Amino acid sequence: MMNCEQATRLMSDSRERTLTLRERAAIKVHNLLCDGCKNFNVQVQDLGQIARRYARERDDSQAKTSHKPEQPRSTE
Amino acid sequence: MGDTVLPGEMPVEKSPANHLTDPAFLADLRRQMLKFAVLQLDNEAQAEDAVQEALVGALKNVASFERKAALKTWVFAILKHKITDLLRYRQRWVDVEKHRELPDEESLPSVFDTRGFWHQDDRPNRWAQPVEAIDDAHFWRVFEACLEDLPPAQGRVFMMREFIELDSDEICQSVDITTSNLHVLLHRARLRLRRCLEMHWFCEDEAL
Repeated sequence: MMNCEQATRLMSDSRERTLTLRERAAIKVHNLLCDGCKNFNVQVQDLGQIARRYARERDDSQAKTSHKPEQPRSTE
Repeated sequence: MGDTVLPGEMPVEKSPANHLTDPAFLADLRRQMLKFAVLQLDNEAQAEDAVQEALVGALKNVASFERKAALKTWVFAILKHKITDLLRYRQRWVDVEKHRELPDEESLPSVFDTRGFWHQDDRPNRWAQPVEAIDDAHFWRVFEACLEDLPPAQGRVFMMREFIELDSDEICQSVDITTSNLHVLLHRARLRLRRCLEMHWFCEDEAL
């Protein structure tokens, strides 16, 4: 069986190239027995989504949440 | 006297045309753009030029942006195009015979044991609601910090791949590495980045 280093490498590679049938089968078998790698496999895709979102609208979300209403100025 | 508010001091959102003439906003924007460009191009002078051109380009259409955030996103989009152009131009001048070895600092993070299996503490946990996290401003600060924490080559190729969405061949040619070296770097970048995010963000939601 592949070890986790090899399995995560293939999962990472899958973002850049199409894996072979054999590689995909090997990952499936590995992940049946390894929750860590199963989670990694999802997170590799999450990272891509997060990065894309960050590049596209990095400031929109910040503007929304950090916006504070102006304090009315008290003038005596 | 307190009722008199000078036009320049109005506490309302400035009109769009003023965003790029607001010295504090501009200085901050420039600094962020430069950091981004230097990381991508690994060349201060070219980065300065790209930032300058992007800002000049942005000025032409500044009136169509109501919000600072939207303007900023758009300026970054221009900058990314400039960087992509520069990188594509560069690859025509690449010396193809030499492929650099990966420096030590770009090593695999120590998350695996000698047999290549996860160390107990480094085994990835399930992330609770990763998509909802990205609506949180604090999350982006954590993400930026984790990104800056990556060894330089890993940070650069990760951004080229996942931000600018260049394909493997384009990245390999512009930074002069082999495809297998690129895939090694991306693997390591992802291992580090996910560990950092889990430690500083997703651990809080951990159900176990």
